[in-house]
Amino acid sequence: MPGLEDLYREIILDHYRSPRNRGELESPPAVRVEGFNPLCGDEIVVTLDVEDGVLADIKIAGTGCSISQSSASLMSAAVKGKPLDQVRGLIATFKGMMSIHESTLPSNGAGGEPVEAPEPEAIDVDALGELAALQGVVKFPVRIKCATLSWNTLTQGLDEVGVPA
Amino acid sequence: MAELTPATTEPSLDAATLAKDFPLLAREVHGRRITYLDSAASSQRPTAVLDAMREYDETTHANVHRGVYSIAEEATRRFEAARANVGRFIGAPHPAREIVFTKNATEALNLVAHAWGRTHLQRGDVVVLTEMEHHANIVPWHMLAAERGIELRWLPIDDDGRLVLDDLDRVLDGAKVLGITCMSNVLGTLNPVAELSAAAHAAGAVVVADACQSVPHLPTDVTALGVDLLAFSAHKMLGPTGIGVLWGRESLLESLPPFLGGGEMILDVRKDGFTPNDIPWRFEAGTPPITEAIGLGAAVDYLDAVGMEAVRAHEIALTGYALGALGDRFGDDIRIFGPPEAEARGGVISFAFRDIHPHDISQILDEYGVCVRAGHHCAKPLMRRLGVNATARASLALYNDEHDVDSLVEALDAAGRFFA
Ligand SMILES: Cc1ncc(COP(=O)(O)O)c(C=O)c1O
Repeated sequence: MPGLEDLYREIILDHYRSPRNRGELESPPAVRVEGFNPLCGDEIVVTLDVEDGVLADIKIAGTGCSISQSSASLMSAAVKGKPLDQVRGLIATFKGMMSIHESTLPSNGAGGEPVEAPEPEAIDVDALGELAALQGVVKFPVRIKCATLSWNTLTQGLDEVGVPA
Repeated sequence: MAELTPATTEPSLDAATLAKDFPLLAREVHGRRITYLDSAASSQRPTAVLDAMREYDETTHANVHRGVYSIAEEATRRFEAARANVGRFIGAPHPAREIVFTKNATEALNLVAHAWGRTHLQRGDVVVLTEMEHHANIVPWHMLAAERGIELRWLPIDDDGRLVLDDLDRVLDGAKVLGITCMSNVLGTLNPVAELSAAAHAAGAVVVADACQSVPHLPTDVTALGVDLLAFSAHKMLGPTGIGVLWGRESLLESLPPFLGGGEMILDVRKDGFTPNDIPWRFEAGTPPITEAIGLGAAVDYLDAVGMEAVRAHEIALTGYALGALGDRFGDDIRIFGPPEAEARGGVISFAFRDIHPHDISQILDEYGVCVRAGHHCAKPLMRRLGVNATARASLALYNDEHDVDSLVEALDAAGRFFA
């Protein structure tokens, strides 16, 4: 049985207690997307500014559990200021890390088709930096939807802006 | 003439002894004895139920109703006896004719919306629901509203989770249906069903009761409740999954068209049409959940042997203990939803604890072997009214005791320290 320390790593608790990039950007011009996790009633609002092929700014609002909130916070820190192709790549890598069980779970209704996940061996966990702390979530299958909620919502936002997948 | 006063014996039960009848409760999780506090979602089954189903399967199973050979006849007799037993358990005036077996309570409520609703409701008609209904008694009406253009009206609750009845006459004015839960699966609130039924009938409405949470925990008498239709699920009352019950007043059921079509529900089928069967089979298309009906019958026998008065008395005492223990230990750190008095509610205790998300609470509690539910409990309109996305919910049953409540309190304390 996996232990709680696999799930609640210190970095996760830190981002949960002091989330980065909280709030909403003014929309418009920012793109605003909402995601829902019907399992727990979590709601997330992602607002993003895309400028010159770069994810210039991102903010996260909404409520949720420690896993969904910290994943959103970690995500915002990782993608802010990054070129869009890198953002897409990071989403694919993160979803790949989470995909081990996700395909067997019901859809979370967060919108956006599931990202085509790379082969597990192709996932470069090191490239994820602090995000790798969320790796332990896959041992708790019901919580995977919590971790991927913000990422699916971001994907939906990028799709709306017309960023090529 | 001297009057003899009979010695009054308070109904009682010993939960720790009863718990031994439930094999699952002997299980360990993460190296600790399991503390099962999620009976409102689904209860555990006693050996008597498991054995009855196995014995039936091993000795008697055949399809019901059409067979002429011995075991088919026996299977039919046992299936119909289970039906009558369930009817008797809830005080049905005509137990053999008024109990319809469905897949679960949700299907029973869909049956009502479909068969009754489509026969009787037209554009502009009003269906009144309470703010504390489970989605199972909301969504079928929403679907009908979309199709028929009927109006949904809501009976509000107050901050203690009780129905506000001040404006009842106005809300019921012109209503064709009152859909009401006997006991909230989130707040534990026991609603004044008999009073509401009388008011609804005076307004000309039919009363559809969701008794999922009340039938397993309180003595039930459909005549005293005064409702017209009543739904519940076997898996919340010590029985198996896969079978639910719709009780309906005989005359009302007789007036209804079928729900699903197929075998069992017909008297005759011709190339130019069909003749529906008599009640209750008219509403039971296809092979019914036979083994499950045997299991439900055994669950009813088990509850009868314990005594529903004793179950209720036990749960009032234990709920009172739990409310007290949680309040004493956590004070303002815990917000318990629903009425504060144990007598006004069942053993369903939803709460918010500090600002820890219910999902995280439930995850930490699991580490201590404590099973509670976290989420919206299929009552999203109620969640919105309470101003939360989700709650944690501990729910009690006849096999729980003070030791279980103490385990909950200790595990919650640990969750508080973890997220401090
Ligand atoms: C009050 C109430 N109504 C309806 C239901 C639905 O029961 P089922 O899922 O067995 O159909 C439940 C259980 O989840 C409930 O608690």
